[in-house]
Amino acid sequence: MVELVRQDMSMNDGNMAGAASERAPRAPMPSWLITVGTVVFFIGLWEFFGRDVNPIFGSYPSAIAVAGWELALSGQLGSAMLESLRPFVVGYLISILVGVPLGLVLGRFRVMEAALGIFITGGYAMPLVALVPLLVLWLGLGFWVKVAVIFLMCVFPIAINTWLGVKVVPKTLIEVGRAFVAPDHVILRRIVLPATLPYIMAGLRLAVGRGVVAMVIAEFFTAISGLGGIIINAANNFDTARMFVPIVVLMVLATLLNSLVGVIERKVAPWQVEIASRD
Amino acid sequence: MGDVSLVDVSKQFTLRIDTGLHTVHALRNVNFTIRDGEIAVLIGPSGCGKTTALRVAMGLETASRGQVRVDGRQVHGCGHDRGMVFQHAELLPWLSALQNVMFGLEMKGMRGSALRDTAMRYLDLVGLKDSANRRPHQLSGGMKQRVGIARALAIDPEVLLMDEPFGALDAQTRESLQAELLDIHTTTGKTIVFVTHDLDEAVLLADRVIVMRDGAVQEIIDVPLPRPRGDLGVVRGMAEFAETRYRIWQALHQAPGAVH
Ligand SMILES: Nc1ncnc2c1ncn2[C@@H]1O[C@H](COP(=O)(O)OP(=O)(O)OP(=O)(O)O)[C@@H](O)[C@H]1O
Ligand SMILES: [Mg+2]
Repeated sequence: MVELVRQDMSMNDGNMAGAASERAPRAPMPSWLITVGTVVFFIGLWEFFGRDVNPIFGSYPSAIAVAGWELALSGQLGSAMLESLRPFVVGYLISILVGVPLGLVLGRFRVMEAALGIFITGGYAMPLVALVPLLVLWLGLGFWVKVAVIFLMCVFPIAINTWLGVKVVPKTLIEVGRAFVAPDHVILRRIVLPATLPYIMAGLRLAVGRGVVAMVIAEFFTAISGLGGIIINAANNFDTARMFVPIVVLMVLATLLNSLVGVIERKVAPWQVEIASRD
Repeated sequence: MGDVSLVDVSKQFTLRIDTGLHTVHALRNVNFTIRDGEIAVLIGPSGCGKTTALRVAMGLETASRGQVRVDGRQVHGCGHDRGMVFQHAELLPWLSALQNVMFGLEMKGMRGSALRDTAMRYLDLVGLKDSANRRPHQLSGGMKQRVGIARALAIDPEVLLMDEPFGALDAQTRESLQAELLDIHTTTGKTIVFVTHDLDEAVLLADRVIVMRDGAVQEIIDVPLPRPRGDLGVVRGMAEFAETRYRIWQALHQAPGAVH
């Protein structure tokens, strides 16, 4: 892998030298290729230095890959993933259904903002881990306590971003609604909501990351299960390579979900991508 | 029927500037009546209250004192009897040209097939039938302004209020839109209140030019040019054009505090 990286970099050098001498226009390197390059480089570094570390204190990519392969073959990884994803999806969707309207109302109506804004800003900084035992008392150890933890972690960034987005909707666009005598709820739905979509989408992206963290917290502190469960059990057995498998899976998952949000954004708000300055 | 008047309208804004509160008198006892079917142009130096007068007439701004009357009835807030064309068109960026025009109609309560047909008819009127499905950022500045005009006209208001609608356009586009606006005026007979900085534009379009200064009406000047105006190139060459233009110029340059 290190070889591959070196090759890549020397090709780069060649490009730059060429550009300097000939000034020939060249297609810029595609972004995905740059990303692949840095990821490969990072994995290579980790592999190179990680091998020297005591396998209890650390691990390295090839060992993690082997552990992952075993977990996948035994079916444990797949079922753990399903078990984790179900509360994640439910909690995430509920936080969208609650967070977006909440943010819209907060941004649009001064009284609601004054009455509820402080709870949203405060809630965002809530030390959720500390509250999990309380949630367990209320909701038990099952599915719904996990949903609750994920919901509480996701709803605030979504609501806050939406709220912020509503605040910066150009006044002139709202005046278009007023000039045509649109009632408040129509202005909210047909002008404020679409104008706020880029902010909502940014909130959804933030919430993916926080939701994944919440999911693991929930699995650590309620019924040990799912991907978080594999982490805890492997850690207890000092099987560090195995412990890293769900961590890597979760990070990959969050990245994929993030690009999924991006794809959805391009579907529901194509004008935004077209107006934006870059790309 | 569509005459619109401001009766003793005053408007103050309270500004918070770091040293404290300031009161700006944007309009002071403004009185004018725009007659049915007339084109009236508001002109005056920057900050003299043209936009404020138009926004008060539209209902986007409430007067501190005085009333707005349409057809002799006092109005409060916005209404379908007045249509606004904004300085920068202000189309909704997520809607196509056609949908932007449909938006206004929907707000008026139109539904079904009439909605699309009517919107299309007005896009056709401003010469944009072929661009109906383009979104605003795929239109040129002049095309956007045309969509804005179609959107305001489509709801069939009695009065069309236009705030420097051609201000941001190049000279040629501006001239063709002026001609188009006059054609539309001839076919629809709408009452139009038009704000501009441009002396030529004022004379070409107006039946009467209302010269404003410091939040007050300074002078109202009649434009003795025939209607329909026909070829605007010819109009520019008429003696009355030059005379009226000079009179307005003088009105703008006399009295204290004139902007040069
Ligand atoms: N929302 C507002 N808040 C505070 N002051 C305002 C507001 N709108 C207008 N003003 C003030 O009122 C006065 C008149 O402004 P207005 O926009 O009506 O001028 P205008 O004649 O349209 O100028 P321009 O030709 O530059 O567009 C100005 O002094 C302006 O600063
Ligand atoms: Mg103005």
